Amino acid sequence: MRNIVIIGNGIAGVTTARHIRKHSDDNITIISAETEHFFSRTALMYIYMGHMKYESTKPYEDFFWKKNRIDLVYDYVEQIDFKNKKLNLKKRESLNYDVLVLAVGSKSNKFGWPGQDLDAVQGLYNYQDLESMEKYSPTTQHAVVVGGGLIGIEMGEMFHTRNIDVTFVVRESSFWNNVLPPEESEMINRHIRKHGFNLKLEAEITEIIDGGNGRANGVKLKEGGELEAQFVGLTVGVSPNIDFLKNSELETDKGIKVNEYFETNQPNVYAIGDCAEFEKAPAEDRRPIEQVWYTGRMHGETLAQTICGTKTAYQPGVWFNSAKFLDIEYQTYGQVPNQPDEDIEEHFYWEHEKGEKSIRLVFNRKDSTLKGVNLMGVRYRHEVCDKMIRDKWPMKKVFQNLKEANFDPEFFKRYEVDLVGMYNERYPNDEVKVGRKKVLGIF
Amino acid sequence: MKSLKLIHKIGLIVFTIGFLTYLSLFFLGQYQLNKIDLKEAVGGQTFSVVDKYAQHIYGTKYDDQFSFVSDFKAILSQANEEIKSKFEISSDVASKIANSTEGNSFQQSAIEKVIGTPTEEVAQWQIKQLTDYTGWMEGREYESAEELVTQLEKVITDVNNSIISQKGFSQDNINNKAFTITKQSEVGPVAQNPWLWLLLAIGIPIIGAIMYLLPRLKTQHAGIKNDGIFHSALKNRGWIGILLGTFLISFYVFLYWFPEYMTSWIVMVDPISNILSGNPASQWFMYGFLYTLAILVMGIRMIIKYRHSPYQMVRTVSVMFFQLAFAFVIPEILVRLNQPYMDLKNMWPLDYSFFFDYRLNEMVEAGTIGLFMLGWGIALFTLGVPIFTYLYGKRWYCSWVCGCGGLAETLGDPYRQLSDKSLGAWKIERWLIHGVLVFAVVMTAAVLYTYFTGSSQLLGMNTYNIRAVYGFGIGSIFSGVIGTGFYPFMGNRVWCRFGCPLAAYLGLVQRFKSRFRITTNGGQCISCGNCSTYCEMGIDVRWYAQRGQNIIRSSCVGCGVCSSVCPRGVLNLENRDENGRFNQPSLVGNDSFGVQS
Repeated sequence: MRNIVIIGNGIAGVTTARHIRKHSDDNITIISAETEHFFSRTALMYIYMGHMKYESTKPYEDFFWKKNRIDLVYDYVEQIDFKNKKLNLKKRESLNYDVLVLAVGSKSNKFGWPGQDLDAVQGLYNYQDLESMEKYSPTTQHAVVVGGGLIGIEMGEMFHTRNIDVTFVVRESSFWNNVLPPEESEMINRHIRKHGFNLKLEAEITEIIDGGNGRANGVKLKEGGELEAQFVGLTVGVSPNIDFLKNSELETDKGIKVNEYFETNQPNVYAIGDCAEFEKAPAEDRRPIEQVWYTGRMHGETLAQTICGTKTAYQPGVWFNSAKFLDIEYQTYGQVPNQPDEDIEEHFYWEHEKGEKSIRLVFNRKDSTLKGVNLMGVRYRHEVCDKMIRDKWPMKKVFQNLKEANFDPEFFKRYEVDLVGMYNERYPNDEVKVGRKKVLGIF
Repeated sequence: MKSLKLIHKIGLIVFTIGFLTYLSLFFLGQYQLNKIDLKEAVGGQTFSVVDKYAQHIYGTKYDDQFSFVSDFKAILSQANEEIKSKFEISSDVASKIANSTEGNSFQQSAIEKVIGTPTEEVAQWQIKQLTDYTGWMEGREYESAEELVTQLEKVITDVNNSIISQKGFSQDNINNKAFTITKQSEVGPVAQNPWLWLLLAIGIPIIGAIMYLLPRLKTQHAGIKNDGIFHSALKNRGWIGILLGTFLISFYVFLYWFPEYMTSWIVMVDPISNILSGNPASQWFMYGFLYTLAILVMGIRMIIKYRHSPYQMVRTVSVMFFQLAFAFVIPEILVRLNQPYMDLKNMWPLDYSFFFDYRLNEMVEAGTIGLFMLGWGIALFTLGVPIFTYLYGKRWYCSWVCGCGGLAETLGDPYRQLSDKSLGAWKIERWLIHGVLVFAVVMTAAVLYTYFTGSSQLLGMNTYNIRAVYGFGIGSIFSGVIGTGFYPFMGNRVWCRFGCPLAAYLGLVQRFKSRFRITTNGGQCISCGNCSTYCEMGIDVRWYAQRGQNIIRSSCVGCGVCSSVCPRGVLNLENRDENGRFNQPSLVGNDSFGVQS
């Protein structure tokens, strides 16, 4: 029986533990200094907004861990002695391991702005961030959120539920346009403004102003001028949380260096999730550091195989992701470039007249196969999109079967007909016919 | 925008004032006993006795129902005393009868000899009773005279004990009369002007609620808005929730067992009842009226809240329609047409009295329409349940048609997050709800046995007792007091989840033979927990979603809220081919190996 120790009780670490338990009887210990039990950090915003309690964000009831013989240690790892395979903890005695999994996650980026370490200046990544947002909220009338991404808009939405005025300061010319194509990005700009937020595009902060009490009281803008803010959200991305591993034998760069098996340069030490940096990106369309919930989960699933004796390389499938911008849900499958290039791709972009729903299908020019799908305010079926992209479905077949991809609830209006109409207009010699809908779902 | 927000706030104030007015009506009644009413309620011969004791309160005006009801009940008790002493057979009659029989054998002819000629009422009654009670003793030989006397004394005690129920007022009878008389004796402001109070206590709260709700169409963007629910004193078991729960529980206790104290609320809706059925309102009419209003007004709230979801809007309109038409208006019209009262969408075993003798007789006697009702009621649960549940899941009934479901989905929607999601709660749920189903089936079988054989004894138990226990324990306490009274404490589906026998039956079909399931979308779940939190049936939806498994649970009523609140588009209610319904958990997106979570 080996002692398998996992540092970090986020989705990556917990998935590893669960999958190891399916195949082995080894001792499993998870150490975390954040919370005693695993919770879903994607749900932090819902706790703040009163949609849920902290307890409801735990994916497993507390008895689960004992039942599955997964030991939980609520402590902070100060230092790792790789030679003697020993962990030095803050509160209790040291802990020995035979196999170590580092799933230590991220920390919020700060780019060296003056005043960035003042009180009420923070990102939103962990439970402690949520607590400090709670702490400062009652004394905040104006908040500035720096950065135009997913966490930024969550933070804005959170503050709005407490009637706190929010200004987004976004460096890009349009919200999240380093990922979203112009139309979708513009839809989000409109949506944000419609909800009563101030959205400053092509704007940057140069300094965070000290209110004289060690707490932020505003920001200075590059274009000149100041914004009042008793809270400054820094949501300009995250980076691996590996400060405590610097100056150790473990090889790190931006993150902990790993190969496709999540092996580090230390024997029996692995790194997964946000903190791992692949020597070589795991796929053409992937980055060396993967920082989303789903990849963390997949890293954990894959590493558990290796630890349990089936050495398995990480091979991600077709990319997918999702998010929610205020009231607009977003899903994406495959590759949808943020700057459409009509020379190598053919885009079909449909947008609802009210401007809060859209569907974009991207095909490769070369062979007319499906490359990616972007959806705003419309739900599509993951399995179907995955299959269409993976199996390189030709354009006509995609349109013929598009309604199979729709995952919206019953009685929702379906818009696939409009897309098929676009296709038929573009390719009048190779028309696609749309079938009739069954009456009451039966006849 | 600002003025709309102001209207929203004023609406809340108007509603609160109206609701307080409604509550205060409970204490506003004035009561004065009227001789004519009393005569009509008591009837014929006993009236002269009651009348004597009622003399001193005829002119008295009572300012509260409690002392009025208490005095009225005292009158009936006094009347009971007098009636009892009037008809009582003295115990020495036993030995007199024994003496006038030959030897130690008993002959009924002796009764008349002792009591006298049956010309006068008391003697007539006493002779008849003694004759009835001693039929089995006729000609019987007793070992000694003492033994015969002892036997006769027992008979006399039994006869004396039956005086109250036959000639006087039994406890049930007292309660019924107390309700009728108290309601008729209302002389307070509500009785004088019911329309005005209907406007003040019902109309004003509705206007306030509408003012509160409608501005949200403009002030709130369409979409999931659960902001602040767990910070709310109403929706998270805070003090307002506790007050509301206390009110609801008290309301049900009065409604079921002490309606004579809530007659002001009932007098208020008399005019409506008169318009619909031509009869004065009973407590059940008042309840149905408020129930329907609650579903309609809170249904409007539901539609506004979920106006981004056609599924939720259509479903809500459906429960509003079925409550208004099927549960409220049509039965009243049937009564007006001299047909049996029937809610045509209510179904055995939820409608547990469907096979009770009085209802079967009523339907059989009502000719074609009655027989249609009988056939319809049987077809609903023998054909309707399997067919529709196979096609669409149990939601076709529970969250589209049912009245209990309708109230839960509208009035109860603000409390759906209070259901317990733990594994322990699920275990209790399965034992309880299936236990109630078995109880309902056994009780109905016993009742039918009695109906067809005429014998009220089955396996050593009295079928009327079984039926009474069911009615009290399940029909009143579980479905009413706990089912609705506990909305602010345990969520809006306590009854449907733990107690409804029909839900258990529908659930069995849904679990084992149906096309319905909630599908999960590949690997998109982020385990946030919104689905589980807002599942009114306490299903841990996330458990399935995060491992890519279809959700097939007998308890799921298909309200669709899990799908609505999911921020990532993971959940969908679908009716599809049965093949592959029970899928292996699988998450799309990792090609490293065949992932089964």
